[in-house]
Amino acid sequence: MDLSSFDPVVLITTMMIAATPIMFAAIGELVVEKAGVLNLGVEGMMIFGAICGFMITVNTGSPFLGMCAAAIGGAVMSLLFGILTQFFLSNQVATGLALTLFGLGFSALLGQSYAGIKPPSTPKLDLPILSDLPVVGPILFSHDLMVYLAIAIVAATWAVLKYTRIGLILRAVGENHDAAHALGYKVVRIRLLAIMFGGACAGLGGAYLSLVRVPQWTEGMTAGAGWIALAIVVFASWKPWRVLLGAWLFGGVTFLQLYLQAAGVDIPVEYLSMSPYVITIVVLVIMSADKNKAAMNAPASLGKVFHATH
Amino acid sequence: MIRLEKRATPSKQWSLAAPLLAVALTMIAGGIMFAALGKDPLEAIRIIFWDPIFGEFASYSRPQLLVKAGPLILIAIGLSLGFRAGIWNIGAEGQYIMGAIFGAATGLAFYPAELWIIFPLMVIAGAIGGTLWAMIPAILKTKFNTNEILTSLMLVYVAQEILKSMANGLLKNPEGHGFPGSRNLAHYPATSNPELIVGTGAHWGVMAAIVAVIAAYILLSRHILGFQIRLTGESPRAARFASVRPNRLIVICMGISGGLAGLAGLFEVTGPAGQITDKFNVGYGFTAIIVAFLGRLHPVGILLAGLLMALTYIGGELAQLQMSIPAAAIQAFQGMLLFFLLAMDVLTNFKIKFGTEAA
Repeated sequence: MDLSSFDPVVLITTMMIAATPIMFAAIGELVVEKAGVLNLGVEGMMIFGAICGFMITVNTGSPFLGMCAAAIGGAVMSLLFGILTQFFLSNQVATGLALTLFGLGFSALLGQSYAGIKPPSTPKLDLPILSDLPVVGPILFSHDLMVYLAIAIVAATWAVLKYTRIGLILRAVGENHDAAHALGYKVVRIRLLAIMFGGACAGLGGAYLSLVRVPQWTEGMTAGAGWIALAIVVFASWKPWRVLLGAWLFGGVTFLQLYLQAAGVDIPVEYLSMSPYVITIVVLVIMSADKNKAAMNAPASLGKVFHATH
Repeated sequence: MIRLEKRATPSKQWSLAAPLLAVALTMIAGGIMFAALGKDPLEAIRIIFWDPIFGEFASYSRPQLLVKAGPLILIAIGLSLGFRAGIWNIGAEGQYIMGAIFGAATGLAFYPAELWIIFPLMVIAGAIGGTLWAMIPAILKTKFNTNEILTSLMLVYVAQEILKSMANGLLKNPEGHGFPGSRNLAHYPATSNPELIVGTGAHWGVMAAIVAVIAAYILLSRHILGFQIRLTGESPRAARFASVRPNRLIVICMGISGGLAGLAGLFEVTGPAGQITDKFNVGYGFTAIIVAFLGRLHPVGILLAGLLMALTYIGGELAQLQMSIPAAAIQAFQGMLLFFLLAMDVLTNFKIKFGTEAA
């Protein structure tokens, strides 16, 4: 086993990249859940975004257009969920699962002829002087724009939820949809918009996987990232800045297990590969063990069907 | 304007009609999808739904129907108990894998002995493997209030890695010339799960599925536990007053569904699959979720839904061979079916009224 090659700067930069797809998906889902909707279809929307972004990028040569397509694709998928749960009043758990199963199948179908292709690379930030600084340069100024966008969305979500009227209305809808409805807010419309925002974010996260992180298209390539994003929302106690922390933690774990695999540690590869999932479970247990606290943070109307009688 | 008015009790007629309507709508939407792929939609639908039973090669594909429906029904019956009570075990795929590993390991431990007791022991081990794997989310839920949806799903990925490790390590065939995968259990009489009635495809797993359907029917309609499950699903508050202990129910429902999924895995690995390989599992644990909902969480419904879903698998393979429709199209098709079913459910629970309310 060879640990001499360990470099903390590489750790932090790789961690930031590994965290980005989950950060996108998790912050999107956080907004959805803040509006009182539980969308378990994150995995399905992510993988659909991954193939949409990949297809458009390969065909147009523009990662920017690909990312836009991924966001639109994710939002369209989420709209399926939105229509079913908001207008047809279907069970949110079952509908979310349906979205995941459908998304996995449909994206595999679309991606038939795209396996094994290398997409055009996404440009990285390259500032004179700043990007060349030792340590600080690679960590802060040398990523692709999506890494910064993910962090910016987290910051924006935090600000909007905390300081703006829109944020207040969104939270009201999530805490008590009947009261919000009585005050004249359009519960269904607000929730649909939140669901679409979540879908767009999940799509971006998926495209980041297929275009930057891997970068390649393979069937089922999200490998549970969408579910981990859902777990991170719980870990974050529905607080945006904690999503950032959760995603980075997870990115760190991913990097470490890959690093240990490469360094040839005397642990079978399979046990290292399962570690992110095991750690997610452990973290979930720790977060939910305190019953009062966990129940206090979750939006009160989460997962409940809203049916206006008047 | 269209309004929805909640029904006092779900409509019986619509509850039966909704799945049929959903299947019809899925055929239409699926036809459009096949047309978009440049295939003849009518022929595709015929190959998927008609040919496996009545077509030219039906004598080959008909037995496959029970082979594929067996595990789907077995798993879905278990899941339906929990789903009815609002306990969401969606990690059946992982429990299926663990059942197969436990069962196969038991059988391989006796190799090359030929005793009649070996197979029954393997069946028990399979059920235990699945149950134990399901106990993890169950106990985390009851002790720490951890969301069972997320933990049971995470455990699927963990089980998948354990399976890889087993196929390449502990359970690897020592005479396999270095290829991954265990000894072929179907080749040894003591460990094999053969076709019991020639030409039907019915193996022990299919028998177990039939027993499970009957047992679940009796449980839900005649037993106090079935009553508690239904009560908890329909009114958790009323269930508390009726002194139903939710934690006990969680452990029982998760345990039963895990055990049945484990059994399904064991029967698959000793029969149709034959050996432990890193991808002997083909996602029955997830498809069974669709089967459970399509069957209205009712044992008889699940029996029919399992057969229908098995049909789409076999028909899908035929369509792949004859029309080169990709396998993924069938997966999308199955997902679509669940969507339509959930959408149609609105008719079960609500009346649709036109015009504004006269008040």
